[in-house]
Amino acid sequence: MTTVAPTTTQRLEVRGDADVVRVRQLVRGVAQEARLSLVVQTKLVTAASELARNTLVHGGGGHVTVELVTEGARTGVRAVFADDGPGIADLDLALTDGWTSGGGLGLGLSGSRRLVERFSIDSAPGAGTRVEIVTWSR
Amino acid sequence: MNDAIPILKIGSTLLVSIQVDLQDTTALRLQEDLAERITTTGARGVIIDISGLEIVDSFIGRMLATVAAISQVLDARTVVVGMRPAVAITLVELGLSLGGARTALDVDRGLALLESDDTPSAGATLLDAAKRRAQ
Repeated sequence: MTTVAPTTTQRLEVRGDADVVRVRQLVRGVAQEARLSLVVQTKLVTAASELARNTLVHGGGGHVTVELVTEGARTGVRAVFADDGPGIADLDLALTDGWTSGGGLGLGLSGSRRLVERFSIDSAPGAGTRVEIVTWSR
Repeated sequence: MNDAIPILKIGSTLLVSIQVDLQDTTALRLQEDLAERITTTGARGVIIDISGLEIVDSFIGRMLATVAAISQVLDARTVVVGMRPAVAITLVELGLSLGGARTALDVDRGLALLESDDTPSAGATLLDAAKRRAQ
């Protein structure tokens, strides 16, 4: 377990399409503040886009919090995606490449996990879903 | 923000340059608009310039692959050009492929690719000639 000290936390509601774009822009801004390299930034923002869309489409909307975190000399970005939707019954299945509950490519969860350093998911049927991602500067 | 993305017609090619942070509904609208324009103009090629895109996630990637598939059914080819290096790295790690969409580094090379594709008649003629000789 890493101990991280958050600085400022920013929160966005995810209720529609335009909010997914806002989440991307917020995460990019914080990633630049954390001095992540361009490739690391791009991966993080892409993961955030996937997860924000999941919050909207599968969770029926929710909210995202984004913060700059520090640990010793390094800085990073932590983002949490939370909804009160139906939740996920089988997490292992949901994290499988290509598995989709409908329509998509089935890369949202599994793909975004590969794009960040730390990925944790907390979900149960009827209890909503909470996904936390963290990426550090090198 | 949710404005339609302009589609330019140059000869028998449709050119789209995405310069905004794409909202999902805008991406879907572009997909429909392109299908419409291919049929009304009889375009043989579609070039989608994504040099303005900071990210391509699975939704946008699927839109590009779908446009390629639709254009193929409508007898046109799609070339995606201008992908940023960081976007390419991310796409590969995400595990996304662009389906039948071809790629080129920039609009110039995309146009050249479509032109070289557009002369299958030369190849067909050679093939016909070869067949005749074989008979």
